Amino acid sequence: MQLSTPHLLGIKDLTKQDIETILTTATQFKEVLQRPIKKVPSLREVTIVNLFYENSTRTRISFELAEKRLSADTINFSASGSSVSKGETLLDTVNNILSMKVDMVVMRHQSSGAPHFLAQHLPHTAIINAGDGVNEHPTQALLDAFSIQEKLNVLEGKKVAIIGDILHSRVAMSNIYLLKKMGAEVTVCGPPTLIPKYIQEAHDVRVEYNLKNALQWCDVANVLRIQLERQNQVLFSTLREYNQVYGVTQKLLNEINKEIIILHPGPINRGVEIDSEVADGKNSIILQQVENGVAVRMAVLYLLGGGKKTT
Amino acid sequence: MEVILSSAAFRDMVDQLAKEILDKHPDLSNTAIVGIQQGGVLVAEVLFEAIQKQVKGGMPDYGEIDITFYRDDLHKQILQPDRMNLPFAIVNKHILLVDDVLFTGRTIKAALDVLLDYGRPSKVELCVLVDRSEHRQFPIQADFVGVVTKTSANEKIKLVKDDSGALQVVRIDDKKQ
Repeated sequence: MQLSTPHLLGIKDLTKQDIETILTTATQFKEVLQRPIKKVPSLREVTIVNLFYENSTRTRISFELAEKRLSADTINFSASGSSVSKGETLLDTVNNILSMKVDMVVMRHQSSGAPHFLAQHLPHTAIINAGDGVNEHPTQALLDAFSIQEKLNVLEGKKVAIIGDILHSRVAMSNIYLLKKMGAEVTVCGPPTLIPKYIQEAHDVRVEYNLKNALQWCDVANVLRIQLERQNQVLFSTLREYNQVYGVTQKLLNEINKEIIILHPGPINRGVEIDSEVADGKNSIILQQVENGVAVRMAVLYLLGGGKKTT
Repeated sequence: MEVILSSAAFRDMVDQLAKEILDKHPDLSNTAIVGIQQGGVLVAEVLFEAIQKQVKGGMPDYGEIDITFYRDDLHKQILQPDRMNLPFAIVNKHILLVDDVLFTGRTIKAALDVLLDYGRPSKVELCVLVDRSEHRQFPIQADFVGVVTKTSANEKIKLVKDDSGALQVVRIDDKKQ
């Protein structure tokens, strides 16, 4: 029972079977997390380093919890306050850490392709991508899929609208790859400046510039964060205007009068891409996503963490 | 492949085990029959039915556990886990673990680890259909045994379905297969 790949660099590299294996295994780990002792000894012999070159709350804590609940030893590394500021290269940093007998690397990096670069140079170490630049965030897509499946039983044939800044979103990319592989339909919706050209042709997704139409069409709305750090690029005029045109509000949901499941990868900008009423409403599964994130990451670590060392 | 227990003999043996269990524990109201995935669950289901028919005192609970995450050989191969199902509190309960074959004892050791992560049972007993006693690697013995079989290490004893779908126990020589 092994994945078709020794690393998790992106959903792009996974087969449908891989995705199903991860989601099924995650179901079992979710049960583990309901027990009085939420810990299993599966990765007792494994040491994992969490390399975070970019800020993160949820993903870092979620990975660390998943590792601890599998009984792995963990080390945390953040670029600030490390020798990275002295000019050490990524490969040197990682090789130094690995020489201290570390078995797996979980990495978030601001440059797209950084984990792929590591995997090329370190073929015998399992690399797990925790978000690379604007490329992919595979475990987020897996936990989104797990949460949708938990709510709707299947992914196949379901209609998912991904709303907001598609252009800069690794969450959107991973979600598109995953949902298409599992047979779901995808619409991306946002202002034209935040939707990549040719996305329709490249990924076989629908493009919709009108939020109300997108919501009317979908079973699930995955609302993305407006990356406030990109405000100065003048991709839309003001946050207030963004909210008026692309903010998911209760008023809008009342108008379309249809049950839609609401996801958001966090952190939420309340009153910008989503209103508090919707984020905290009965159809929101935002906190379930976070809860499921630990089980899904346990599944990924478990499936990549054992079964190949011969010693 | 050689049949050690035909489906009829399997039924009789489970009935006999149920009788032995009830002789020792006439009231099973604080007991849970817990099968170990996957073979143990098949035995536990039949055993639970047999106990239901014979019991005069309190009825036991029924559960299933999976030991995949607790295996000590995960570095060799990764296995897909099976269903866990313990719909009762373990604390202060009398647990009767059920497995099809007792071989090295490692599965039972892992099963005890799983149980203890759910709470502190008052007592754990073990019931197995087939005991390959000469291959034990841990100091683990069963309280209720169907049959003790002499086997060589490269043989396998398996619970399989016969042509009519009934359970039977067979011996498979790994070299020949």
